[in-house]
Amino acid sequence: MAFLTTFFCPEGGHFALALACALAFMQGVLPLIGLRRADSPLTALARPLALSQCLALLFAWVCLIMASLGDDFSLKLIAETSAINKPWAYKIAGLWGNHEGSLLLWVTLLSLWCAGLALLPGQSTTRPEKLPDRLRARILALLGLVGAGFQLFCLTTSNPFLRLWPVPADGMGMNPLLQDPGLAVHPPLLYSGYVGFAVPFAFAISALLEGKADTLWARYMRPWVISAWALLTLGITLGSWWSYSVLGWGGYWFWDPVENAALIPWLTGTALLHSVLVVEKRNLLQGWCLLLALATFAFSLSGTFLVRSGILNSVHAFANDPARGLFILGLLGLYGGGSLLLFAIRAPSLASSQSGFAPLSREGALLLNNILLCTLCAVVLTGTLYPPFMQLLLGRTLSVGKPFFDATTIPLTLPLLAVMGASMALPWRQARTDRLIPRLAPALLVTAGNILPAFWLFSTPLAAFAALLALWVISSALLDLIFRLYALPEGNRQLHRLPRSLWAASLAHIGVGVTILGLCGMAGSQERLIEAKPGTHTTLAGRDWELTALTPHHGPNYEAVEAHLTIRQHDAHGPLLAELEPQIRLFPQQGQKTLHVAILHRPLEDLYAALGSVKEEHDPQGQSHYSAILRLHENPLASWIWLGGIIMALGGGLHLLPSRRRLMHSARKARS
Amino acid sequence: MRLTRRHLLAALPALGAAGLGIGFVRMLHGLNQGHFDPRAINTPLTGQPVPGFPALPPLPDAPGLPGLTRENFQNIKKPVLLSVWASWCLPCVEEIPFLRQLAASLASDATPLELWGLCYKDQPARAAHWLEQAGHPFTRLGMDQDGQGAIDWGVTGVPEAFLIMPDPQAGGRIVWHGTGALTETIYQTQIIPHLEAKP
Repeated sequence: MAFLTTFFCPEGGHFALALACALAFMQGVLPLIGLRRADSPLTALARPLALSQCLALLFAWVCLIMASLGDDFSLKLIAETSAINKPWAYKIAGLWGNHEGSLLLWVTLLSLWCAGLALLPGQSTTRPEKLPDRLRARILALLGLVGAGFQLFCLTTSNPFLRLWPVPADGMGMNPLLQDPGLAVHPPLLYSGYVGFAVPFAFAISALLEGKADTLWARYMRPWVISAWALLTLGITLGSWWSYSVLGWGGYWFWDPVENAALIPWLTGTALLHSVLVVEKRNLLQGWCLLLALATFAFSLSGTFLVRSGILNSVHAFANDPARGLFILGLLGLYGGGSLLLFAIRAPSLASSQSGFAPLSREGALLLNNILLCTLCAVVLTGTLYPPFMQLLLGRTLSVGKPFFDATTIPLTLPLLAVMGASMALPWRQARTDRLIPRLAPALLVTAGNILPAFWLFSTPLAAFAALLALWVISSALLDLIFRLYALPEGNRQLHRLPRSLWAASLAHIGVGVTILGLCGMAGSQERLIEAKPGTHTTLAGRDWELTALTPHHGPNYEAVEAHLTIRQHDAHGPLLAELEPQIRLFPQQGQKTLHVAILHRPLEDLYAALGSVKEEHDPQGQSHYSAILRLHENPLASWIWLGGIIMALGGGLHLLPSRRRLMHSARKARS
Repeated sequence: MRLTRRHLLAALPALGAAGLGIGFVRMLHGLNQGHFDPRAINTPLTGQPVPGFPALPPLPDAPGLPGLTRENFQNIKKPVLLSVWASWCLPCVEEIPFLRQLAASLASDATPLELWGLCYKDQPARAAHWLEQAGHPFTRLGMDQDGQGAIDWGVTGVPEAFLIMPDPQAGGRIVWHGTGALTETIYQTQIIPHLEAKP
């Protein structure tokens, strides 16, 4: 053990980080020189350099984790965010809940993506569909350049390995709000998504440098877009889940700049996901696809880093330091601005096929999807940047919130859903209306048949309308699978014989529909704020909610009061539905109170209770009585919002598995 | 090389990014110099005249409860206690018993004070329900649904309260600004002295 702590000491981590930075520079420069000179030894260095850079960063992580577990408060980072009595799992997970640690996580994830690229089997005669070595070397080199810049940033302005003197006896402890299992997984997932879009970015730069973006290029790039997209989807889903279940405000999305910062690349990433298909199948829209690949990564970078610079007013922002902000802006200018400049110079001369573009075709629907998604993205971007720009230009403080975003995003989302349902049934090139109508009729019938139930079940006409569109998306995705099944030759009509990509697309679309249904349900959520003494009954959403007791509760590093709520169907004598135990926790070390929300998830609704505060009153006999302020919610279909997110990501994941046909193909090749 | 429409179109993203970049650089510069702060809401306005703010409409279907405008403060005869609240906020519910009690005492004796409300980012239906429960403590109520009024007043959160003294020249002067739920103690120790200090 002693040997381990000496070996993985903070200085070792610091050295590993510096080494990784040097390796990243080499990974960025040497293969490019090799490619230019047609010198294959230098080119072949890309893969080993990427792997060793990744190992160096993982070593740095082991050092940091050892220091955190060993309560080494001589490290500034650990003294500021950890404490002796912090549960050990959060001693690890808490490392990325701050600026320095999350930056280290960012560069490490980038190096993991590079390692993934380096380790995957390359192109060979048996695997013609894989990435050719020269393209891979160029992409690794570009990713090395990106990584090198950010590792330099990490080393110079946000070093997690800085020492502190004098050494404090105990740390300051972690923000209790961040002490949640969801938060242990949320940043790594979200960052993997953000960082993952660096790979399509490198593909786009490579295409611009070569002056060629063709169907092959799109086919090589597509799996990387999908995997980054799936991870970003999961990350956003988890973030929204965290704000619903931990912040205790009863909502799931607050249009906070940080949330928008994740949503913007998700929107462009989704557009990229679809436009790359058009390039692959029809060799159209190359310039647009390139721009989306560049923009998605530029937005990911801005999203991760602009928030830290203090420009955007957000509840999430960590330590704001304008000196760091300038460095970040420099990097953003270099990577984002530089790549857009390259685009401005090279994109006009890109070869594009001159073939026509029928409006009623798969590519037409995908183009419409791209236009709507990018408009949505522009709207969210405007809403996010409007306040700081207004203050800069006119000196006026204002806030842009839910009313603006609701009024602008909903009218764009509804046509998007309508197109989505029809798109799967449209063939490439040119659709024939006489074939299209019977194809779409069943889904239309299902939707039309549910008009009355929808308007009866959902709280507002708008929610009902959106829910019908979601139903249209889900039913057309499911029915499309059935149609394609019947298009298979007889005897082969098994669901697993359908192409994996079809399953993936259907699943992702179903996920969107499920999420939208959840949002529509949540529009009808009911809540009540009550002041209650033990024994008080309240009626909400046809249930009887009784506060039975208020009891003290001791946690590892907090003191809490727990409210015991009994929920019965109909009235006070109805069958027992649930018992909820929300807490209010006081963390003495930080002097901070947090709500610990109690939620019962049911398939069609969430029952949600938050304990706001507890009051003590003395009666004339000197006895003390407690009363509590409680917020009770009934949230219809709430869990569907996140379930849909998971289904979308699963669709993405399914796409990445090698298809059955390809597996059989390569097996046959290997045998012969 | 001839410049075509394609070149212009391809240059648009770079130009847009450059514009944003210049803006960000200026903001960062302002942050360093201290004259740009996106978090700054207007600093608490104690001692200042009532700020300019957009006219806040009344609750629909609430006869006898007019809305709130800058002009209302022009001709006040009595000091005004302006309470900023929302039906979604827990401490505001804690405040209810005291506001109810204060409103009752205002109705009965000659306490020279009016109780006005500013309802921050709330749904009218919920606000109305809340008022019903609270026993209608206010004589004026402005609905500030987009939060702009609260920004102009320098509100940092709900609940908050302001005490405004009559001042015909300035159109009302803010003499006290408190954050957090109003209690009997705060009223006795912080607001009463201002009322008694009145010449």
